[in-house]
Amino acid sequence: MKIMVAIKRVIDYAVKIRVKPDKSGVVTQNVKMSMNPFCEIALEEALRMRESGLASEVVAVTMGPSQCLDTLRTGLAMGADRGIHVDSTSALHPLHVAKILMNLVQIEKPSLIILGKQAIDDDCNQTGQMVAGLLNWPQGTFASKATPSKLKNQAFAPTMWWGFPKDKSNMSQIGKKEYTHGTMKSLIDVVLDKEKEEVTVDREVDDGIETVQLKLPAVITTDLRLNQPRYATLPNIMKAKSKPIKKFTPQELNVEIKSDLEIVEVTEPPKRKAGVMVSSVDDLIDKLKNEAKVI
Amino acid sequence: MVNRNCRATLRLVTLINRQGHPHPPLSSSPSGIDACWKQLQRNNVHGEHKIVSFFSPLASSLKTRQWGVNIQSRCYGSASVLVQRNPKFSKLNDEDVRYFEGILGAKNVIQDDEKLITANTDWMRKYKGSSKLLLQPRTTDQVSEILKYCNFRCLAVVPQGGNTGLVGGSVPVFDEVVVSLSAMSKIISFDKVSGILVCEAGCILENIISFLDNEGFIMPLDLGAKGSCQIGGNVSTNAGGLRLLRYGSLHGNVLGIEAVLADGTVLDMLKTLRKDNTGYDLKHLFIGSEGSLGIVTKVSILTPPKLSSVNVAFLACKDYSSCQKLLQEARRKLGEILSAFEFLDSNAMNLVLNHLEGARNPLPTSLHNFYVLIETTGSDESSDKQKLEAFLLGSMENELISDGALAQDINQASSFWLLREGIPEALMRAGAVYKYDLSIPVEKMYNLVEEMRSRLGNDANVVGYGHLGDGNLHLNVSTPQYDDKILSQIEPFVYEWTSKHHGSISAEHGLGLMKANKIFYSKSPETVKVMTSIKKLLDPNHILNPYKVLPCSSIS
Repeated sequence: MKIMVAIKRVIDYAVKIRVKPDKSGVVTQNVKMSMNPFCEIALEEALRMRESGLASEVVAVTMGPSQCLDTLRTGLAMGADRGIHVDSTSALHPLHVAKILMNLVQIEKPSLIILGKQAIDDDCNQTGQMVAGLLNWPQGTFASKATPSKLKNQAFAPTMWWGFPKDKSNMSQIGKKEYTHGTMKSLIDVVLDKEKEEVTVDREVDDGIETVQLKLPAVITTDLRLNQPRYATLPNIMKAKSKPIKKFTPQELNVEIKSDLEIVEVTEPPKRKAGVMVSSVDDLIDKLKNEAKVI
Repeated sequence: MVNRNCRATLRLVTLINRQGHPHPPLSSSPSGIDACWKQLQRNNVHGEHKIVSFFSPLASSLKTRQWGVNIQSRCYGSASVLVQRNPKFSKLNDEDVRYFEGILGAKNVIQDDEKLITANTDWMRKYKGSSKLLLQPRTTDQVSEILKYCNFRCLAVVPQGGNTGLVGGSVPVFDEVVVSLSAMSKIISFDKVSGILVCEAGCILENIISFLDNEGFIMPLDLGAKGSCQIGGNVSTNAGGLRLLRYGSLHGNVLGIEAVLADGTVLDMLKTLRKDNTGYDLKHLFIGSEGSLGIVTKVSILTPPKLSSVNVAFLACKDYSSCQKLLQEARRKLGEILSAFEFLDSNAMNLVLNHLEGARNPLPTSLHNFYVLIETTGSDESSDKQKLEAFLLGSMENELISDGALAQDINQASSFWLLREGIPEALMRAGAVYKYDLSIPVEKMYNLVEEMRSRLGNDANVVGYGHLGDGNLHLNVSTPQYDDKILSQIEPFVYEWTSKHHGSISAEHGLGLMKANKIFYSKSPETVKVMTSIKKLLDPNHILNPYKVLPCSSIS
């Protein structure tokens, strides 16, 4: 079974964002860019499924200018088998991405598409849902940690993500945290059933957790608590150099990048004003009435 | 033992302040070692001879008006010397307090117990003074007035910044007046073209870093204590930190300082020039003098531009010689982009993973003996990454490193740094810790750790980590509680060993109170003699940070 993971190159999460003086967008020059955190989680989930034997191949897809290849290589260094780069210098909105993914699906024919629930630069939270709609596939969005779902003949993801240390006598020296990655509880939130060709997803919704069962092929978007992405270790970085990357353009995929949206203005949110100390209740009432105008 | 004493001390101090009992009972050290380990301070007050013995608790028979027993101080006994309160220092009286209130205003003259306790205790909670007065001047003139008066009255003074020092140099030993620079925290000017920043000594390092971040610059020094330490203190102690490998020490980066001498004279050496060869460059005396020659009130520092591409790699090596070879290779292959090279051994790694929340092992598949953290800073993201990757893959092929991980975004980079910067905190949480900060030739550095391990055996957890790139080892011995027996195994062996290998007994922490009498392990008597004469010249009454830095024997 093939899994396709879409990853996006965005401004690094830890960078302090500044608005351009002409208010047309945010400053991206000389700013550190990296993989969208949710996409990292999506890729991690796909890799775990492959490692448990439920999937045979993980393909990472990225769209954008040539700099996106860095992010794709990171994805390959984490463990993806192949990469696809859709080269486009124009701004890609969720609908464009969804259409491109739809056409890629005809070529690659994956059984599962995993995406991050949203990108941290536009916070759209639309692509996964649009892809599912275009393909007419079931979707399980906001997949998160949850209690294991109880179905028969389930193939559980195994408990040994990181592997145990070779020398077991040293186990007592290892912190407990190393094991929590490997306990059953944290893993069974997305359960793939190979025989039944179904995937069970626990979704984090406002009311709590909703469990849905999807027939493959399906679309899953990942939320923050699903897993903790792995680091790119040197042996994997070395292997990544020889992994193939296929290039496409939107034209080849019959997608026209025409934008129906025009960004008019980007401004910073108003700065939080300092609090004011009031000396008496009368003063407070006066301020609430006249300044804040709430009473 | 020390921590318990601290709390007991706190209670007693408050008790005494309330009831006026001059003499609190002292819990005696359990081990019956010879007299030089016992702490007995005599309080000779202008002819009033009251010998305060710690075996006789309480109170009623001893009615000294003024007392100055330093209770906690060296319970763990690093100072093998009796420190006595110098009788020529006057005692604080109400007239003094009123005079200070006149200069500073009542708000900045603090006698409140709680605030005094914080000012009297150091970060490690090892040293506790008994100062009764904390002053917070806001301008250099106020500092000058304070010192002029203290010099005239012969009142001892301790300049205090962020109080994050690790050798007891920032807290009073007895009842010295604490002059805190925290209120002087303005950034005076910043030149965007040259990157020269002028600010007051009380600016917290992290605040300066965020200010500079907005402007596109960084501070040339970075330490784990950046959230609390102040630049005046950093300059006065010539702090090293994580970036010394790349940007050099503060002696190179500080362009000018404004300092106030003991008699109140303001020495304005606050130039913002890269080059100024006019006469003797006195600012270097103050950088690293630990507040004993003058109080630094303003600093002008050269800040490097912030480069966009920062890469952090966390690597594992199987033995110390691979770490050394890796350093040599890194210097050669990474060259100008190398900005930090830190190492930690497996004991340090385990401590951090066990005691610090949020610490995650990037190389969990097996336990390695040594871990190295390499950071590169450059202007071109792709070429830097290529360089670093090529270097790392080459090192792996040559079997210099057995495994490694490369941070893919800023969060991962911070989590790698947490493993290295969190070691001191993890050590504090693990119990008692004996800290040593030594400069040793790189080839021999780890030999000391191994020798300490064989000396102490199972009694203690010997942890070695540090700035391998600078040849600076932080040797820490972690035990469940302080024990003089263990201490006697460590000292003076550590100092003698370091001295034998021509190293420094204090690479970046300074001498403070902890190593005040140990300077001879690293400096010749003639050098110390000249230092003493400089001290006499600039501070004839020895009121600035007494009992610290230079040996008591040399200062009469």
